[in-house]
Amino acid sequence: MTTLKLEAHTVAKIYNRKSIFQNVSLAVKEGMSFAITGKNGSGKSTLIKILCGVLSPSKGTIALSINGVLINYPDYYPYIGLVSPYLNMYEEFSAEENLIFIKRIRGLNSDTDERIKFLLNDFGIYEHRRKEVRNYSSGMKQRLKYCAALVHQPPILVLDEPTSNLDEYGIETVRKAMKLQKNHGALIFGTNDKDDLRFADQIFSLDKLEIGN
Amino acid sequence: MYLVISSYQILLKEIVSEFRTRYALNALIMFVVVTISMVLFSIGTESPSQDILSGTLWIVIFFSAMSGLSRTFVAEEERGTSLTLRLLTSASSVYFGKLFYNLVLILALSMFIAGSYLFIIKEFIVKSYDIFWLTIFLGSVGLASASTILAAIIAKANTKGTLFPVLAFPILLPLLLTAINATRLATEGAFFVEALQEFQILISFIIVMITASIMLFDYVWKD
Amino acid sequence: MKLWLKIGTAVWLTGVIVLGLGIPMVKVPSGFFQFPIIPGLEEKARNIIFHVPIAWTTVVAFVMAMWYGIQYLRTKDIDYDLRSVSSAGLGMVLCVLATVTGAMWAKFNWGSFWNWDPRETSIFILLLIYAAYFVLRSAIEEEERKATLSSVYSIVAGVTVPFFIFVMPRMMAGLHPGSLGDSQGKGPVLQMKMAPNMLIVFLASLLGFTILYFWMYSLKVRSMRIERQLQQQSE
Repeated sequence: MTTLKLEAHTVAKIYNRKSIFQNVSLAVKEGMSFAITGKNGSGKSTLIKILCGVLSPSKGTIALSINGVLINYPDYYPYIGLVSPYLNMYEEFSAEENLIFIKRIRGLNSDTDERIKFLLNDFGIYEHRRKEVRNYSSGMKQRLKYCAALVHQPPILVLDEPTSNLDEYGIETVRKAMKLQKNHGALIFGTNDKDDLRFADQIFSLDKLEIGN
Repeated sequence: MYLVISSYQILLKEIVSEFRTRYALNALIMFVVVTISMVLFSIGTESPSQDILSGTLWIVIFFSAMSGLSRTFVAEEERGTSLTLRLLTSASSVYFGKLFYNLVLILALSMFIAGSYLFIIKEFIVKSYDIFWLTIFLGSVGLASASTILAAIIAKANTKGTLFPVLAFPILLPLLLTAINATRLATEGAFFVEALQEFQILISFIIVMITASIMLFDYVWKD
Repeated sequence: MKLWLKIGTAVWLTGVIVLGLGIPMVKVPSGFFQFPIIPGLEEKARNIIFHVPIAWTTVVAFVMAMWYGIQYLRTKDIDYDLRSVSSAGLGMVLCVLATVTGAMWAKFNWGSFWNWDPRETSIFILLLIYAAYFVLRSAIEEEERKATLSSVYSIVAGVTVPFFIFVMPRMMAGLHPGSLGDSQGKGPVLQMKMAPNMLIVFLASLLGFTILYFWMYSLKVRSMRIERQLQQQSE
């Protein structure tokens, strides 16, 4: 297990002159399961994207350190796996091709092939691995997103609406993966689902932020 | 090293994806056929000067490039895969991957255009083939180098279709004028050294464009 | 801007206009208040006092728009974008003025309003770049994105501008003084061997127009800041 720390310091996001949130400060450490809640439009997804380094904050800073080394923001892509409704797979490729593309573009070695097989099996889409993603149901797509996020065994797994579009079996698998992630690194998820929130060690609510400049 | 691997993967992905979906290729080939036929019909029985024919050649290349090169980024944005890509690799890998894909596309396209132009339009006679093909090559590289960053800009705008030629034309004009001039030299049967200054301008344009793009791409990609 | 500077600029430019248009042109000038007749240009030479400074401020405005674009990208401070777009807006107006004054001069000196000489072509390209810049801005709704992308565009366009200096003279014959083929080719103004008193009025005009530009620019920036604040309050 690695020592890691993801911190946000007085982060604000202004979108088209409107402030989405202000003064967000939080810290996530290894072994932690960190939940972000807030009503619709409170900026859960936006905050998650900022933490992942795919959207830059209007104010404030983000800092990620792994084993004491500070990672240059926003180049967090080797350390983060994200599952989000805003994220899509390449529809003209099969599930397997998508995952192999991810493996190669991340520069992972051939051991990863075993892991891809394992993940596909685990999430119950192994039989459909040769099917083009455009023919997938939304639940299958959601499962594939989990596989894609976990290919490189990220120290930080970030989930936006972790159980949306999933059936009971899918939810069970996700719960398992969430527990596993806590031992492997850190888990961050954004949700309003009460069942999901039971998995959180710490809950951060975007509704209870102080308004100020 | 990592940069090379991941930009190569993006290039590969683009090519395979293009062959599966045929988003750009079929339409582009038809576009070329249509525009060259229009040039042919408008010439009729006239025999226009080599200057004019060199100009029309580059008009055909410019507009085919404009209709094909923005596709790479627009497709990522439309299908919602740009976030996926941002999570997988660095901005510079994406830039180089897309640049090389655009390069492959425009090179194939302009070779096809130049070849069929030479074949179909009898009045267009090239005397110095070395100058001609080097101009086509450098002109294509220049088009790709300027279009890649512009395509990334356009993918984020609301009206994508018409914007590309509007933004690209003033930037590409020095390139186009130089390429037209070099093509004219090729039809006049000039010696290679006579076109040397044209090539220098084209090469420095490419270098300046790619350097500026590398420095600016981060801001466009992760806004 | 200080009040004395505003009044000073107004008086200064009035002086420039009066002198530029009013000083009679004679064959053998004597004293400050007589311009020499330049053969081939005659009374039309007066335009240099207005046309060249406007063209010069057009370029200043463009460079400033690009500079504040770079500053915006570095700091993400939206105020820099306001400055950039204000400068570009004024630059566009000045660019049109430079084109019109130039075209009129061209009509009476070279026979037609437009001749595609290198400098005419360059100002046309500059006009296209400005226009494309504003088309791009109007195609993006979100404020920060608009600022970022238009800054990037102005820089990309800016780095291609120097190419015209090399490319244009090779493509077309120059008519402007200082063009290639002009034996003492040095630049449009220096080479003209202007009479000293005319040069003084010319330089005064150059200074006057530059200060006028900065005056208009600061007005524009301030009004845009207020506009933005009002919009923010009403939302």
